[in-house]
Amino acid sequence: MKTLAELQAIRDRMKDTVNLRSGSGSIRAVVGMATCGIAAGARPVLSALVEEVSRLGLTDKVTVTQTGCIGICRYEPIVEVYEADKEKVTYVKMTAEKARRVAEEHLQGGKVVEEYTIGAVENA
Amino acid sequence: MIRSHVLICGGTGCTSSGSVNVKAKLEEELAAKGLNGEIKVVQTGCFGLCALGPVMIVYPEGTFYSRVTPEDVPEIVEEHLLKGRIVTRLEYKEGAEITQPGENVSLNDTDFYKSQLRVALRNCGVINPENIDEYIARDGYMALGKVLTEMTPDDVIQVLLDSGLRGRGGAGFPTGLKWKFAKGYENDQKYVCCNADEGDPGAFMDRSVLEGDPHAVLEAMTIAGYTIGSSQGYIYVRAEYPIAVKRLQIAIDQAHEYGLLGDNILGTGFKFDIGLRLGAGAFVCGEETALMTSIEGNRGEPRPRPPFPAEKGLFQKPSILNNVETWANIPQIILKGADWFASMGTEKSKGTKVFALGGKIKHTGLVEIPMGTPLRQVIEEIGGGIPNGKKFKAAQTGGPSGGCIPASLIDTPLDYESMAAIGSIVGSGGLIVMDEDNCMVDIAKFFLKFTVDESCGKCTPCRIGTKRLLEILEKITSGKGTLEDIDRLEELCNYIKANALCGLGQTAPNPVLSTLRYFRDEYIAHVVEKRCPAGVCKDLLKFVVDKEKCIGCGLCMRNCPASAISKTDYVAPGHKLPSVEIDPDKCVKCGVCMGNCKFKAISKQ
Repeated sequence: MKTLAELQAIRDRMKDTVNLRSGSGSIRAVVGMATCGIAAGARPVLSALVEEVSRLGLTDKVTVTQTGCIGICRYEPIVEVYEADKEKVTYVKMTAEKARRVAEEHLQGGKVVEEYTIGAVENA
Repeated sequence: MIRSHVLICGGTGCTSSGSVNVKAKLEEELAAKGLNGEIKVVQTGCFGLCALGPVMIVYPEGTFYSRVTPEDVPEIVEEHLLKGRIVTRLEYKEGAEITQPGENVSLNDTDFYKSQLRVALRNCGVINPENIDEYIARDGYMALGKVLTEMTPDDVIQVLLDSGLRGRGGAGFPTGLKWKFAKGYENDQKYVCCNADEGDPGAFMDRSVLEGDPHAVLEAMTIAGYTIGSSQGYIYVRAEYPIAVKRLQIAIDQAHEYGLLGDNILGTGFKFDIGLRLGAGAFVCGEETALMTSIEGNRGEPRPRPPFPAEKGLFQKPSILNNVETWANIPQIILKGADWFASMGTEKSKGTKVFALGGKIKHTGLVEIPMGTPLRQVIEEIGGGIPNGKKFKAAQTGGPSGGCIPASLIDTPLDYESMAAIGSIVGSGGLIVMDEDNCMVDIAKFFLKFTVDESCGKCTPCRIGTKRLLEILEKITSGKGTLEDIDRLEELCNYIKANALCGLGQTAPNPVLSTLRYFRDEYIAHVVEKRCPAGVCKDLLKFVVDKEKCIGCGLCMRNCPASAISKTDYVAPGHKLPSVEIDPDKCVKCGVCMGNCKFKAISKQ
């Protein structure tokens, strides 16, 4: 037998799961998963991002999704982060390791990991 | 973590178009690609766009794929789920503005969905109906919790009265009032019943709610049990709805497991249980007293009212009976309040109504719209209009108990009062669209055939009256009718309406009366000119050959099953072979010759 409090606990636990279907995440992290991206190693980047977002409990505000070719194949794997009212951030030459750092510092902490961004890499 | 959900419709419509195979193939492909840990496949209830099934929606993007076959699945997995590229050829996007190719289209931007407002159907196509946790995630059973811990039965009744909720089964009786009456009668046992005996041809909203969101009905019935003082509920559902029956049973079992049904609900000491009773599919069992008689184990026949069920219903105890769609609205009203519900719809018809679109319409399916939405918007915008460039002629609402709305009244708002004013009813929400190829006398005949079959036979006006009505209609459509027949038809209709025992008989003449009201000239054409203007009534049809157009190829002659076509001596100017003619005495009016003629030389008159 469940009490009302237990029912509310189930609701809170399940909400994240069902929220995905309303597409309500305010931050979107998009991984380039075209053939070039996959060849460059986008698959482990996506997996790492997905695991990390879940581990940090960010599922209600972050949606991880993929997209096709972004057009700058030499910089693949690419992760782009979209947030309402903010400039898009483009991370390039990503690895699983880097993705975990982005999740923690940027998606959770709100601080852009400058050294991985396209601007930093291009000027390096 | 699950990063994406793929929802596949498991309603009856999509199940028949093959969604089960699509789901199996998808699971197989995901496993093969090692994606099954991050992509979840969920089988849901009806999305509403049944004409385009099997349908699939992919979140978080919300991409809507229609007519998906198992052969399409590898492409969806490879392109969309792995690479994030939408498979545009399968995407449903009618009416949505697309600024760049390949852009993702949200379901809510399409013509079919953008004017819809989903209250009763809010979980259909969103949750897995076989998983109580998903229902709870969408605030499921919170209304029950609120009622049991914070509200008195009178509070609940007051909220329902203030909300303006009226019965969605057809009659539109205020739900709060019904509950108030039942609460007012003291008795050691009372019953809560759910009418899921959906029988109108073309209506399937109740089935979709049961298949897509069964817990909403259970929750609402439990709230009613608390309100009127009952410990036992019954859902009377037709056995022809196997998926609905299965999911209801699963839902009841899960609710028991969670203590949301049974002896001590949510630890409050309140006791309530629900049983399923399967109907054998008799239309009359959707009538409240007949339904109760059937649950009691007797032959499903209506009994005279009064006494009304609120006083003496099931097993002669005070009972309430509400329709599935009515039930589905109630938890939302409790949670969001009467004002929220009353803000939708019109002055006297509050909230939303689900309509099942069928007949000559592009988007056959289920739509939920605010009460008072004009018929035109439902047909032209949401329904996508009439296929094949034909013209809208009329819409039948309320099935065999309702009436038709002619093209001249297409701007009529769909609500209880406006429908009644033009001689139709909202009814359970079946909306059958007819185009210029439909004969209105034939339509009336169709519905009368249905009522004659379904009349239980208990009272004479219905048993014999409807049979006589049908005979007169058959006489008219076979070209033997007279003007007096039309008068007699009208007289008999009014007599049956006034004297039949139950709702089935009282409303059975409505299709005749309303077609007479708006399409009397069509009846007159049948009896005076012996002509069917729509070209439907076979006995009045004549297939003729235009001898100037006929080139004498003989294709029609070879295909005629009755050997009714022969060569003539006439050779039209410019042609080499003699034209043909049709012997009206031999012709069986199958229309094969007309369909085969490449020169449009054969027409029906």
